[in-house]
Amino acid sequence: MSFITGVGLTSYGRHEGSSSPDLMSKAAALAIADAGLKRADIDGILCGYSTVSPHIMLATVFAEHFSIRPAYAHAVQVGGATGLAMTMLAHHLVEANVVRHVLVVGGENRLTGQSRDASILALAQVGHVKYEVPLGPTIPAYYGLVASRYMHEYGVTQEDLAEFAVLMRAHALTHPGAQFHEPITVADVMASKPVALPLKLLDCCPVSDGGAAFVVSREATGEARVRVRGCAQAHTHQHVTAMPALSELGAEIAMARAKQASGVAMSDVRYAAVYDSFTITLAMLLEDLGLAGRGEAASRVRSGHFSRDGAMPLNTHGGLLSYGHCGVGGAMAHLVETHLQMTGRAGNRQVRDASIALLHGDGGVLSSHVSMFLERVR
Amino acid sequence: MSGGKQDLADWTTGAEAIVYQCCAACGALQYFRRSFCCVCGVPDPEEKRASGEGTVYATSLVCRAATPETRAHVPYNIVLVDASEGFRMMAHGDNDLSIGDKVTARYQQFAGRLVPFFEKAKS
Repeated sequence: MSFITGVGLTSYGRHEGSSSPDLMSKAAALAIADAGLKRADIDGILCGYSTVSPHIMLATVFAEHFSIRPAYAHAVQVGGATGLAMTMLAHHLVEANVVRHVLVVGGENRLTGQSRDASILALAQVGHVKYEVPLGPTIPAYYGLVASRYMHEYGVTQEDLAEFAVLMRAHALTHPGAQFHEPITVADVMASKPVALPLKLLDCCPVSDGGAAFVVSREATGEARVRVRGCAQAHTHQHVTAMPALSELGAEIAMARAKQASGVAMSDVRYAAVYDSFTITLAMLLEDLGLAGRGEAASRVRSGHFSRDGAMPLNTHGGLLSYGHCGVGGAMAHLVETHLQMTGRAGNRQVRDASIALLHGDGGVLSSHVSMFLERVR
Repeated sequence: MSGGKQDLADWTTGAEAIVYQCCAACGALQYFRRSFCCVCGVPDPEEKRASGEGTVYATSLVCRAATPETRAHVPYNIVLVDASEGFRMMAHGDNDLSIGDKVTARYQQFAGRLVPFFEKAKS
Protein backbone atom coordinates (compact mmCIF):
# COMPACT_ATOMS: atom_id res chain seq x y z
CA MET A 1 0.00 0.00 0.00
CA SER A 2 1.15 3.56 -0.57
CA PHE A 3 -0.15 6.93 0.57
CA ILE A 4 0.21 10.46 -0.81
CA THR A 5 1.19 11.98 2.53
CA GLY A 6 1.97 15.54 1.52
CA VAL A 7 1.61 17.95 -1.40
CA GLY A 8 3.23 21.24 -2.35
CA LEU A 9 2.50 23.69 -5.15
CA THR A 10 3.79 27.14 -6.04
CA SER A 11 1.77 29.69 -7.95
CA TYR A 12 2.23 29.38 -11.73
CA GLY A 13 3.14 32.29 -13.94
CA ARG A 14 6.26 34.45 -13.63
CA HIS A 15 8.88 33.65 -10.98
CA GLU A 16 11.57 36.09 -12.10
CA GLY A 17 15.04 35.04 -10.97
CA SER A 18 14.11 31.52 -9.80
CA SER A 19 16.01 28.60 -11.32
CA SER A 20 14.47 25.18 -11.96
CA PRO A 21 16.07 23.71 -8.78
CA ASP A 22 14.81 26.76 -6.84
CA LEU A 23 11.21 26.12 -7.91
CA MET A 24 11.59 22.40 -7.24
CA SER A 25 12.97 23.18 -3.77
CA LYS A 26 10.12 25.52 -2.94
CA ALA A 27 7.51 22.91 -3.84
CA ALA A 28 9.47 20.12 -2.14
CA ALA A 29 9.71 22.02 1.14
CA LEU A 30 5.95 22.61 1.09
CA ALA A 31 5.22 18.93 0.39
CA ILE A 32 7.54 17.64 3.13
CA ALA A 33 6.06 20.06 5.68
CA ASP A 34 2.56 19.07 4.57
CA ALA A 35 3.43 15.42 5.24
CA GLY A 36 4.67 16.36 8.71
CA LEU A 37 8.13 15.07 7.84
CA LYS A 38 11.66 16.42 7.94
CA ARG A 39 14.07 16.47 5.00
CA ALA A 40 16.07 13.69 6.60
CA ASP A 41 13.02 11.42 6.49
CA ILE A 42 13.06 11.45 2.68
CA ASP A 43 15.00 8.43 1.44
CA GLY A 44 13.92 8.46 -2.21
CA ILE A 45 13.78 11.20 -4.84
CA LEU A 46 12.15 11.10 -8.25
CA CYS A 47 12.24 14.20 -10.40
CA GLY A 48 11.32 15.08 -13.94
CA TYR A 49 13.33 17.07 -16.47
CA SER A 50 13.90 20.74 -17.19
CA THR A 51 14.08 21.97 -20.78
CA VAL A 52 15.66 25.19 -19.46
CA SER A 53 18.38 23.40 -17.49
CA PRO A 54 18.87 19.97 -19.08
CA HIS A 55 21.10 17.65 -17.08
CA ILE A 56 21.91 13.95 -17.28
CA MET A 57 21.56 13.61 -13.46
CA LEU A 58 18.86 16.07 -12.50
CA ALA A 59 17.71 14.13 -9.42
CA THR A 60 21.23 14.23 -8.02
CA VAL A 61 21.59 17.90 -8.89
CA PHE A 62 18.35 18.57 -7.06
CA ALA A 63 19.28 16.40 -4.06
CA GLU A 64 22.51 18.36 -3.60
CA HIS A 65 20.76 21.71 -4.11
CA PHE A 66 18.05 20.73 -1.59
CA SER A 67 20.58 19.07 0.74
CA ILE A 68 19.24 15.53 0.92
CA ARG A 69 21.31 12.35 0.66
CA PRO A 70 18.74 9.82 -0.52
CA ALA A 71 19.10 6.04 -0.79
CA TYR A 72 17.39 6.09 -4.17
CA ALA A 73 17.23 8.85 -6.80
CA HIS A 74 16.85 9.38 -10.52
CA ALA A 75 14.95 11.37 -13.10
CA VAL A 76 12.00 10.16 -15.16
CA GLN A 77 11.06 11.38 -18.64
CA VAL A 78 7.69 10.65 -20.19
CA GLY A 79 6.72 14.15 -21.35
CA GLY A 80 3.43 15.33 -19.90
CA ALA A 81 2.84 11.92 -18.31
CA THR A 82 5.99 12.24 -16.17
CA GLY A 83 4.27 13.39 -12.96
CA LEU A 84 1.90 10.43 -12.80
CA ALA A 85 4.57 8.02 -14.06
CA MET A 86 6.79 9.12 -11.14
CA THR A 87 3.88 8.67 -8.75
CA MET A 88 3.29 5.18 -10.10
CA LEU A 89 6.97 4.32 -9.65
CA ALA A 90 7.01 5.81 -6.14
CA HIS A 91 3.95 3.70 -5.30
CA HIS A 92 5.75 0.54 -6.43
CA LEU A 93 9.01 1.53 -4.71
CA VAL A 94 7.39 1.94 -1.31
CA GLU A 95 5.24 -1.18 -1.81
CA ALA A 96 8.41 -3.13 -2.59
CA ASN A 97 10.03 -1.79 0.59
CA VAL A 98 12.86 -0.15 -1.35
CA VAL A 99 12.28 3.17 0.46
CA ARG A 100 9.82 4.66 2.96
CA HIS A 101 9.22 8.19 1.77
CA VAL A 102 9.68 9.18 -1.86
CA LEU A 103 9.76 12.86 -2.78
CA VAL A 104 8.30 13.32 -6.25
CA VAL A 105 9.19 16.74 -7.61
CA GLY A 106 8.98 18.80 -10.79
CA GLY A 107 9.63 22.46 -11.44
CA GLU A 108 10.88 24.71 -14.16
CA ASN A 109 11.41 28.41 -14.93
CA ARG A 110 10.14 27.76 -18.43
CA LEU A 111 8.54 31.19 -18.86
CA THR A 112 11.28 33.51 -17.66
CA GLY A 113 14.27 31.18 -18.16
CA GLN A 114 14.05 31.03 -21.93
CA SER A 115 12.23 32.70 -24.83
CA ARG A 116 8.81 31.45 -25.87
CA ASP A 117 10.34 30.51 -29.24
CA ALA A 118 12.94 28.38 -27.44
CA SER A 119 10.18 26.61 -25.53
CA ILE A 120 8.16 25.95 -28.68
CA LEU A 121 11.28 24.74 -30.47
CA ALA A 122 12.36 22.45 -27.63
CA LEU A 123 8.92 20.87 -27.43
CA ALA A 124 8.61 20.39 -31.20
CA GLN A 125 11.55 18.00 -30.91
CA VAL A 126 9.16 15.26 -29.74
CA GLY A 127 8.61 14.94 -33.50
CA HIS A 128 10.62 12.62 -35.73
CA VAL A 129 13.99 14.27 -36.33
CA LYS A 130 14.16 13.16 -39.97
CA TYR A 131 10.58 12.76 -41.19
CA GLU A 132 8.68 15.42 -39.18
CA VAL A 133 10.82 18.15 -37.61
CA PRO A 134 12.21 19.43 -40.98
CA LEU A 135 8.63 20.28 -41.97
CA GLY A 136 8.43 22.95 -39.26
CA PRO A 137 5.64 21.52 -37.13
CA THR A 138 5.06 22.75 -33.56
CA ILE A 139 3.46 20.95 -30.62
CA PRO A 140 0.19 22.78 -31.35
CA ALA A 141 0.46 21.53 -34.96
CA TYR A 142 0.84 17.91 -33.86
CA TYR A 143 -2.28 18.30 -31.73
CA GLY A 144 -3.91 20.38 -34.46
CA LEU A 145 -3.56 17.41 -36.80
CA VAL A 146 -5.17 15.12 -34.24
CA ALA A 147 -7.90 17.72 -33.62
CA SER A 148 -8.76 17.97 -37.33
CA ARG A 149 -9.19 14.22 -37.54
CA TYR A 150 -11.15 13.93 -34.29
CA MET A 151 -13.50 16.73 -35.34
CA HIS A 152 -13.94 15.03 -38.74
CA GLU A 153 -14.73 11.60 -37.32
CA TYR A 154 -16.94 12.62 -34.40
CA GLY A 155 -18.55 15.87 -35.55
CA VAL A 156 -16.86 18.00 -32.87
CA THR A 157 -16.69 21.75 -33.66
CA GLN A 158 -14.24 24.52 -32.75
CA GLU A 159 -16.96 26.00 -30.55
CA ASP A 160 -17.18 22.65 -28.73
CA LEU A 161 -13.43 22.73 -28.04
CA ALA A 162 -13.68 26.33 -26.81
CA GLU A 163 -15.97 25.17 -23.99
CA PHE A 164 -13.05 23.39 -22.32
CA ALA A 165 -10.93 26.56 -22.29
CA VAL A 166 -13.85 28.50 -20.80
CA LEU A 167 -14.40 25.85 -18.10
CA MET A 168 -10.73 25.72 -17.10
CA ARG A 169 -10.62 29.51 -16.92
CA ALA A 170 -13.76 29.59 -14.77
CA HIS A 171 -12.06 27.19 -12.37
CA ALA A 172 -8.80 29.16 -12.34
CA LEU A 173 -10.67 32.31 -11.31
CA THR A 174 -11.21 30.74 -7.88
CA HIS A 175 -7.53 29.79 -7.32
CA PRO A 176 -5.15 32.57 -6.27
CA GLY A 177 -2.13 30.63 -7.63
CA ALA A 178 -3.43 30.38 -11.19
CA GLN A 179 -1.65 32.19 -14.03
CA PHE A 180 -4.86 33.68 -15.47
CA HIS A 181 -7.60 35.54 -13.64
CA GLU A 182 -9.62 37.15 -16.43
CA PRO A 183 -12.84 35.36 -17.39
CA ILE A 184 -13.17 34.28 -21.03
CA THR A 185 -16.09 33.26 -23.25
CA VAL A 186 -16.46 30.91 -26.20
CA ALA A 187 -16.44 34.00 -28.43
CA ASP A 188 -13.09 35.07 -26.92
CA VAL A 189 -11.59 31.66 -27.69
CA MET A 190 -12.96 31.73 -31.24
CA ALA A 191 -11.55 35.23 -31.78
CA SER A 192 -8.12 34.46 -30.33
CA LYS A 193 -5.12 34.37 -32.65
CA PRO A 194 -4.73 31.28 -34.83
CA VAL A 195 -1.77 29.16 -33.70
CA ALA A 196 -2.09 25.85 -35.55
CA LEU A 197 -5.63 25.58 -36.85
CA PRO A 198 -8.05 24.34 -35.74
CA LEU A 199 -6.28 25.36 -32.50
CA LYS A 200 -6.18 29.01 -31.52
CA LEU A 201 -4.26 30.75 -28.74
CA LEU A 202 -6.88 30.12 -26.06
CA ASP A 203 -7.08 26.43 -27.04
CA CYS A 204 -3.43 26.12 -25.94
CA CYS A 205 -1.96 25.99 -22.46
CA PRO A 206 0.49 28.78 -21.61
CA VAL A 207 4.20 28.52 -20.80
CA SER A 208 4.77 29.05 -17.07
CA ASP A 209 7.27 29.07 -14.23
CA GLY A 210 6.33 26.92 -11.27
CA GLY A 211 6.95 23.87 -9.16
CA ALA A 212 4.97 20.99 -7.68
CA ALA A 213 5.88 18.13 -5.36
CA PHE A 214 4.39 15.34 -3.30
CA VAL A 215 5.55 12.72 -0.85
CA VAL A 216 4.58 9.10 -1.40
CA SER A 217 4.95 7.00 1.75
CA ARG A 218 4.53 3.43 2.89
CA GLU A 219 2.30 4.51 5.76
CA ALA A 220 0.08 7.51 6.39
CA THR A 221 1.85 10.24 8.37
CA GLY A 222 -1.22 12.09 9.57
CA GLU A 223 -4.96 12.24 9.33
CA ALA A 224 -4.99 12.91 5.60
CA ARG A 225 -5.07 9.36 4.34
CA VAL A 226 -5.07 9.30 0.55
CA ARG A 227 -3.86 6.07 -0.93
CA VAL A 228 -2.94 4.99 -4.43
CA ARG A 229 -5.60 2.43 -5.22
CA GLY A 230 -4.14 1.34 -8.56
CA CYS A 231 -2.47 2.62 -11.70
CA ALA A 232 -1.34 1.55 -15.15
CA GLN A 233 0.36 2.82 -18.31
CA ALA A 234 0.09 2.40 -22.06
CA HIS A 235 2.52 3.46 -24.80
CA THR A 236 1.36 3.02 -28.38
CA HIS A 237 3.71 5.23 -30.45
CA GLN A 238 5.88 8.34 -30.17
CA HIS A 239 5.29 10.28 -33.40
CA VAL A 240 1.93 11.50 -34.65
CA THR A 241 2.73 9.98 -38.05
CA ALA A 242 2.83 6.57 -36.34
CA MET A 243 -0.26 7.12 -34.20
CA PRO A 244 -2.85 4.32 -34.31
CA ALA A 245 -6.51 4.90 -35.24
CA LEU A 246 -8.48 7.19 -32.92
CA SER A 247 -10.33 4.16 -31.57
CA GLU A 248 -7.08 2.47 -30.49
CA LEU A 249 -5.36 5.18 -28.43
CA GLY A 250 -3.45 4.54 -25.22
CA ALA A 251 -5.80 6.35 -22.82
CA GLU A 252 -8.41 3.65 -23.24
CA ILE A 253 -5.79 0.92 -22.79
CA ALA A 254 -4.19 2.48 -19.69
CA MET A 255 -7.62 3.09 -18.19
CA ALA A 256 -8.72 -0.52 -18.71
CA ARG A 257 -5.50 -1.73 -17.07
CA ALA A 258 -5.88 0.71 -14.15
CA LYS A 259 -9.44 -0.46 -13.53
CA GLN A 260 -8.18 -4.00 -13.49
CA ALA A 261 -5.29 -3.15 -11.14
CA SER A 262 -7.50 -1.24 -8.70
CA GLY A 263 -10.90 -2.88 -8.89
CA VAL A 264 -12.42 0.59 -9.25
CA ALA A 265 -15.38 1.10 -11.61
CA MET A 266 -16.14 4.39 -13.33
CA SER A 267 -19.34 4.64 -11.29
CA ASP A 268 -17.18 4.85 -8.13
CA VAL A 269 -15.27 7.93 -9.33
CA ARG A 270 -16.25 11.28 -7.76
CA TYR A 271 -13.50 13.62 -9.04
CA ALA A 272 -11.45 13.76 -12.25
CA ALA A 273 -8.00 15.25 -12.94
CA VAL A 274 -7.26 14.95 -16.64
CA TYR A 275 -4.35 16.26 -18.73
CA ASP A 276 -5.35 19.31 -20.74
CA SER A 277 -2.40 20.65 -22.73
CA PHE A 278 -4.88 21.72 -25.41
CA THR A 279 -8.67 21.80 -25.49
CA ILE A 280 -8.61 18.86 -27.92
CA THR A 281 -6.46 16.86 -25.49
CA LEU A 282 -9.02 17.25 -22.73
CA ALA A 283 -11.98 16.54 -25.02
CA MET A 284 -10.40 13.38 -26.41
CA LEU A 285 -9.12 12.06 -23.09
CA LEU A 286 -12.48 12.56 -21.36
CA GLU A 287 -14.11 10.53 -24.11
CA ASP A 288 -11.33 7.90 -24.31
CA LEU A 289 -11.47 7.42 -20.53
CA GLY A 290 -15.23 6.97 -20.58
CA LEU A 291 -16.09 10.18 -18.70
CA ALA A 292 -18.24 11.18 -21.69
CA GLY A 293 -19.59 9.46 -24.79
CA ARG A 294 -17.93 9.99 -28.17
CA GLY A 295 -18.40 13.58 -29.29
CA GLU A 296 -20.38 14.35 -26.12
CA ALA A 297 -17.79 15.85 -23.75
CA ALA A 298 -18.53 19.45 -24.80
CA SER A 299 -22.24 19.09 -24.17
CA ARG A 300 -21.39 17.74 -20.70
CA VAL A 301 -19.30 20.86 -20.09
CA ARG A 302 -22.24 23.04 -21.16
CA SER A 303 -24.60 21.19 -18.82
CA GLY A 304 -22.29 21.76 -15.85
CA HIS A 305 -21.33 18.09 -15.45
CA PHE A 306 -17.61 18.93 -15.01
CA SER A 307 -18.09 22.09 -12.94
CA ARG A 308 -17.18 22.35 -9.27
CA ASP A 309 -20.76 21.57 -8.19
CA GLY A 310 -21.41 19.13 -11.05
CA ALA A 311 -21.54 15.34 -11.00
CA MET A 312 -17.86 14.96 -11.99
CA PRO A 313 -15.80 18.00 -10.95
CA LEU A 314 -12.78 18.30 -13.23
CA ASN A 315 -9.44 20.11 -12.72
CA THR A 316 -10.91 22.54 -10.19
CA HIS A 317 -7.62 24.49 -10.03
CA GLY A 318 -7.89 25.46 -13.71
CA GLY A 319 -5.72 22.79 -15.32
CA LEU A 320 -2.79 23.37 -17.62
CA LEU A 321 -4.99 25.62 -19.74
CA SER A 322 -5.48 28.24 -17.00
CA TYR A 323 -3.55 27.33 -13.83
CA GLY A 324 -0.52 27.02 -16.10
CA HIS A 325 2.04 24.63 -17.53
CA CYS A 326 5.63 24.62 -16.29
CA GLY A 327 6.60 21.27 -17.86
CA VAL A 328 6.72 18.30 -15.52
CA GLY A 329 5.19 20.29 -12.66
CA GLY A 330 2.26 21.28 -14.90
CA ALA A 331 0.26 18.10 -14.60
CA MET A 332 1.51 17.48 -11.05
CA ALA A 333 -0.68 20.43 -10.03
CA HIS A 334 -3.65 18.24 -10.99
CA LEU A 335 -2.62 15.73 -8.31
CA VAL A 336 -1.97 18.42 -5.71
CA GLU A 337 -5.46 19.83 -6.31
CA THR A 338 -6.96 16.34 -6.18
CA HIS A 339 -5.27 15.74 -2.82
CA LEU A 340 -6.59 19.04 -1.44
CA GLN A 341 -10.09 18.09 -2.60
CA MET A 342 -9.84 14.58 -1.14
CA THR A 343 -8.69 15.91 2.22
CA GLY A 344 -11.26 18.72 2.40
CA ARG A 345 -8.68 21.49 2.13
CA ALA A 346 -9.69 23.11 -1.14
CA GLY A 347 -11.34 26.12 0.53
CA ASN A 348 -13.74 27.99 -1.75
CA ARG A 349 -13.09 25.38 -4.46
CA GLN A 350 -14.09 22.43 -2.26
CA VAL A 351 -16.33 19.87 -3.95
CA ARG A 352 -18.95 17.84 -2.08
CA ASP A 353 -17.30 14.44 -2.43
CA ALA A 354 -13.88 13.53 -3.77
CA SER A 355 -13.57 10.17 -2.04
CA ILE A 356 -12.34 8.40 -5.17
CA ALA A 357 -10.49 10.26 -7.91
CA LEU A 358 -9.38 9.36 -11.40
CA LEU A 359 -6.17 10.97 -12.68
CA HIS A 360 -4.82 10.71 -16.20
CA GLY A 361 -1.66 12.02 -17.83
CA ASP A 362 -0.57 12.06 -21.48
CA GLY A 363 2.90 12.59 -22.91
CA GLY A 364 4.09 13.24 -26.47
CA VAL A 365 1.23 13.33 -28.96
CA LEU A 366 -1.20 11.07 -27.06
CA SER A 367 1.80 8.71 -27.04
CA SER A 368 2.35 7.77 -23.39
CA HIS A 369 -0.45 7.42 -20.88
CA VAL A 370 -0.76 6.89 -17.14
CA SER A 371 -4.15 6.31 -15.45
CA MET A 372 -4.40 6.30 -11.67
CA PHE A 373 -7.08 5.96 -9.00
CA LEU A 374 -6.66 7.61 -5.60
CA GLU A 375 -8.88 6.75 -2.66
CA ARG A 376 -9.47 8.49 0.66
CA VAL A 377 -9.44 6.02 3.53
CA ARG A 378 -10.76 6.77 7.00
CA MET B 1 20.17 4.88 -38.28
CA SER B 2 19.76 4.06 -41.94
CA GLY B 3 19.55 0.58 -43.29
CA GLY B 4 17.96 -1.37 -46.07
CA LYS B 5 19.50 -2.88 -49.15
CA GLN B 6 19.52 0.17 -51.41
CA ASP B 7 19.22 3.38 -49.41
CA LEU B 8 17.33 5.13 -52.19
CA ALA B 9 17.63 8.90 -52.00
CA ASP B 10 14.47 10.72 -50.93
CA TRP B 11 13.31 14.19 -49.83
CA THR B 12 15.01 13.79 -46.45
CA THR B 13 18.34 13.83 -48.31
CA GLY B 14 17.34 16.47 -50.86
CA ALA B 15 16.02 14.26 -53.69
CA GLU B 16 12.57 14.70 -55.26
CA ALA B 17 11.21 11.38 -54.06
CA ILE B 18 9.23 9.68 -51.31
CA VAL B 19 10.68 6.33 -50.30
CA TYR B 20 9.17 3.60 -48.13
CA GLN B 21 10.20 0.09 -47.19
CA CYS B 22 8.48 -3.24 -47.82
CA CYS B 23 9.30 -6.47 -46.00
CA ALA B 24 10.04 -9.35 -48.36
CA ALA B 25 9.11 -11.87 -45.67
CA CYS B 26 5.77 -10.60 -44.31
CA GLY B 27 4.82 -7.86 -46.76
CA ALA B 28 4.50 -5.12 -44.08
CA LEU B 29 5.13 -1.51 -45.15
CA GLN B 30 6.96 1.15 -43.16
CA TYR B 31 7.76 4.80 -43.83
CA PHE B 32 10.34 5.56 -41.12
CA ARG B 33 13.45 3.85 -42.46
CA ARG B 34 14.85 1.02 -40.36
CA SER B 35 17.32 -1.81 -40.97
CA PHE B 36 14.61 -4.36 -40.07
CA CYS B 37 10.89 -4.94 -40.56
CA CYS B 38 9.05 -3.40 -37.59
CA VAL B 39 6.38 -6.11 -37.74
CA CYS B 40 8.35 -9.36 -38.08
CA GLY B 41 11.94 -8.22 -37.44
CA VAL B 42 13.42 -9.67 -40.63
CA PRO B 43 16.41 -7.53 -41.70
CA ASP B 44 16.85 -5.39 -44.80
CA PRO B 45 13.33 -4.51 -45.97
CA GLU B 46 13.26 -3.56 -49.64
CA GLU B 47 13.18 0.15 -50.43
CA LYS B 48 10.63 1.43 -52.92
CA ARG B 49 9.80 4.77 -54.48
CA ALA B 50 6.24 5.86 -53.80
CA SER B 51 3.91 7.14 -56.52
CA GLY B 52 3.26 10.38 -54.62
CA GLU B 53 -0.48 9.77 -54.67
CA GLY B 54 -2.59 9.59 -51.56
CA THR B 55 -5.51 10.79 -49.45
CA VAL B 56 -5.47 13.52 -46.80
CA TYR B 57 -5.84 12.04 -43.27
CA ALA B 58 -5.40 15.21 -41.19
CA THR B 59 -4.41 18.88 -41.56
CA SER B 60 -3.17 21.72 -39.38
CA LEU B 61 -2.48 25.21 -40.69
CA VAL B 62 0.54 26.56 -38.81
CA CYS B 63 0.15 30.30 -38.18
CA ARG B 64 2.70 30.65 -35.34
CA ALA B 65 6.16 29.26 -36.11
CA ALA B 66 9.15 29.12 -33.79
CA THR B 67 12.16 30.09 -35.92
CA PRO B 68 12.89 33.02 -38.28
CA GLU B 69 13.35 30.53 -41.16
CA THR B 70 9.96 28.87 -40.70
CA ARG B 71 8.22 32.13 -39.74
CA ALA B 72 8.91 33.43 -43.25
CA HIS B 73 6.53 30.73 -44.58
CA VAL B 74 3.47 31.19 -42.34
CA PRO B 75 0.79 30.19 -42.77
CA TYR B 76 1.81 26.73 -43.98
CA ASN B 77 -0.30 23.61 -43.92
CA ILE B 78 1.08 20.50 -42.23
CA VAL B 79 -0.74 17.41 -43.50
CA LEU B 80 -0.78 13.71 -42.79
CA VAL B 81 -1.32 11.80 -46.03
CA ASP B 82 -2.22 8.15 -46.42
CA ALA B 83 -0.16 7.15 -49.47
CA SER B 84 -1.89 4.94 -52.01
CA GLU B 85 0.75 2.28 -51.30
CA GLY B 86 -0.51 1.98 -47.71
CA PHE B 87 1.78 3.98 -45.42
CA ARG B 88 1.16 7.35 -43.69
CA MET B 89 3.49 10.36 -43.95
CA MET B 90 3.73 13.98 -42.84
CA ALA B 91 4.22 16.68 -45.47
CA HIS B 92 3.10 20.14 -46.53
CA GLY B 93 0.02 20.81 -48.62
CA ASP B 94 -2.21 23.46 -50.15
CA ASN B 95 -3.86 25.58 -47.47
CA ASP B 96 -7.36 24.64 -48.61
CA LEU B 97 -6.96 20.85 -48.46
CA SER B 98 -9.66 18.92 -46.62
CA ILE B 99 -9.62 15.50 -44.99
CA GLY B 100 -10.43 12.88 -47.62
CA ASP B 101 -9.09 14.89 -50.58
CA LYS B 102 -7.15 12.87 -53.18
CA VAL B 103 -3.72 14.46 -53.53
CA THR B 104 -0.49 14.27 -55.55
CA ALA B 105 2.99 15.20 -54.37
CA ARG B 106 5.32 17.79 -55.80
CA TYR B 107 8.36 19.24 -54.05
CA GLN B 108 9.26 22.70 -52.89
CA GLN B 109 11.76 24.55 -50.76
CA PHE B 110 10.92 25.20 -47.10
CA ALA B 111 13.32 26.81 -44.64
CA GLY B 112 16.31 25.89 -46.77
CA ARG B 113 15.26 22.29 -47.47
CA LEU B 114 13.29 20.35 -50.02
CA VAL B 115 9.95 19.07 -48.67
CA PRO B 116 7.07 17.11 -50.19
CA PHE B 117 4.04 19.31 -50.94
CA PHE B 118 0.65 17.80 -51.74
CA GLU B 119 -1.93 19.42 -53.98
CA LYS B 120 -5.36 18.24 -55.06
CA ALA B 121 -5.12 15.49 -57.68
CA LYS B 122 -6.38 16.50 -61.13
CA SER B 123 -9.28 14.17 -61.77
